[in-house]
Amino acid sequence: MFFGIEWDTSSQWAFAVSIFPILLHGLVVTLQATVVGFFIALILGLVLAALKSAPTRFIRWPAKLVTEFIRDTPLLIQLFFLFYVLPEFGLTLPAFLTGALALGVQYSAYTSEVYRAGLEAVAKGQREAARALNLASARTFTHIILPQAIPRIIPALGNYLVSIMKDVPVLSVVTVLEMLGVAKIIGDRTGGYLIPLSMVGGLYLVMTIIASFGVRYLDTHLPKRGLSLK
Amino acid sequence: MEWTSYLAPLSQGAWVTVQLTVYSTILGALCAFLFGLGKLSHNPLVKGISVAYIEIFRGTSLLVQLFWIYFALPIMGQAIGLDLRFPPVVAGVVALALNIGAYGAEVVRGAVQAVPKEQYEAATALNFTGRKRLWRITLPQAIPEMMPTFGNLAVQNLKDTALVSLISLGDMAFRAEQIRNFTQDSVTVYTLVLFMYFGMALVLTACMKLLERYVGRWRAAGR
Repeated sequence: MFFGIEWDTSSQWAFAVSIFPILLHGLVVTLQATVVGFFIALILGLVLAALKSAPTRFIRWPAKLVTEFIRDTPLLIQLFFLFYVLPEFGLTLPAFLTGALALGVQYSAYTSEVYRAGLEAVAKGQREAARALNLASARTFTHIILPQAIPRIIPALGNYLVSIMKDVPVLSVVTVLEMLGVAKIIGDRTGGYLIPLSMVGGLYLVMTIIASFGVRYLDTHLPKRGLSLK
Repeated sequence: MEWTSYLAPLSQGAWVTVQLTVYSTILGALCAFLFGLGKLSHNPLVKGISVAYIEIFRGTSLLVQLFWIYFALPIMGQAIGLDLRFPPVVAGVVALALNIGAYGAEVVRGAVQAVPKEQYEAATALNFTGRKRLWRITLPQAIPEMMPTFGNLAVQNLKDTALVSLISLGDMAFRAEQIRNFTQDSVTVYTLVLFMYFGMALVLTACMKLLERYVGRWRAAGR
C-alpha cells in the first residue's frame, strides 16, 4: 500500500493497473519539481548572466568561474551539499525545496549561457542602427535587442526544461517521492521491479515526446525577426 | 578527524570514477557512431532500430535506465530463462554508455549530414565504394565538427557517473556518502568532492581539446 492505494499482485496486468494511480501521484511531484526548479534556474541564470556582463572584470571573472564550477560538478553532489550543509547554517528547507533548489542551481549555469548567446546572436548592425538613430541604451535593449533575442532564447530554454524533468529522479535520494522513487519503493516492497520501472520509462517517453513537440512548435512558430513586446 | 584523512578513501573512489568515465565514454562513442550512422542508413530495419534506440535513451532519465538495467533486467531475464544479473560495474558502464551514446548519435548524424553534398557526388564520380566514401571522405570531415560537442558530452558523462553510487558502486560520490555517515562532517567532505569533480572535469576538458586539435588536421585543406 502506498499513498493509501493498495496494489493487486494477482496477475501482472492487475499489478500494472493497480500501481498506475500510485505512479501518477509521483508524476505530479516530478512535474512540480520540474516547474519550481525551472523557475529558480531562470532567475538565478539571469543573475549570473548579468554578473558575467558586468562592467568590471572583478565581478565578471568570479561569475564566470562560478558558472564553470556549477556546470562541471554533478547534480547529485550539489544536492547532497545543499541537503546537509544548509541546515548547518540554520536554513532547514523541506526536501522538495532543497531538491528544486539544487536543480535550479545546476541549470542556472546553462540558462545563463542561453541568455548570453541569445543576446549576442542579435546582429551587430541592429545595435549600430539604434545608436545612429540616437536611441537611449535602455530603449535599445528593451525595444531592439530583447524582442529579437527572445525567439532564440525560448526554444533553448524549453530544451533545458525537458532536461530538468529528466534529472528530477535524482531528488529521490533525499526522500522526495517523485515518480522513480515511488516505483523503486513499490519494487522494494513487492520484489517486482520490472513492471513499475518499465512504466516509469514509458511515462517519461510520453512526457518527453509531448515536450519536444512543444519545443518544436515554439521553434517554428515564434517570429524569427523578433517578437513585439507591446 | 582531519580533512586530510578523507583523501585516501576519496582518491580510491576517484580512481573508480575515472575508470567508469573512460570506459563509458569510449563505449558511448562507439554507440554514437554505430547508431548515428545507422539512423542515416537506407535499410529500414537498421534505421528503425537506431531511431528507436536514440528516442528511448534520450527520452527517458539516466537514473531510470540505470535502475532498469540493474533491478528490472534480471527479472526479465528470469522470465525468459536467461541470467541477466550484472555486477554494478557492468550495469553502470552499460547504462552510462548507452545514455551518452544516444546523445552522441544525434551529434554524429548532424555532423555527417553537414558534410557538403558535392563531396559525396565527387566521391561517387571518382568511383569510390560506399565503404571508402565513408572512411575517406565523410568521417574525416565530419569528426572534427563533432569534437566540441563530444567534449561537452564527455564532461556530462563524468558528472553522470556520480549516479552509479546509487547502485552501490564505490565511486567518489559513494565514498563521500560513507565518510559523511561516519563523521557527520558534511561541509568538508562535500566541498572536497565538489572540487575533486571540478578538477577532473578540467583535466577531461583539456584532454578533449587536445583530441580536437589532433582530429582538426583531418579537415580538408583550403576550407
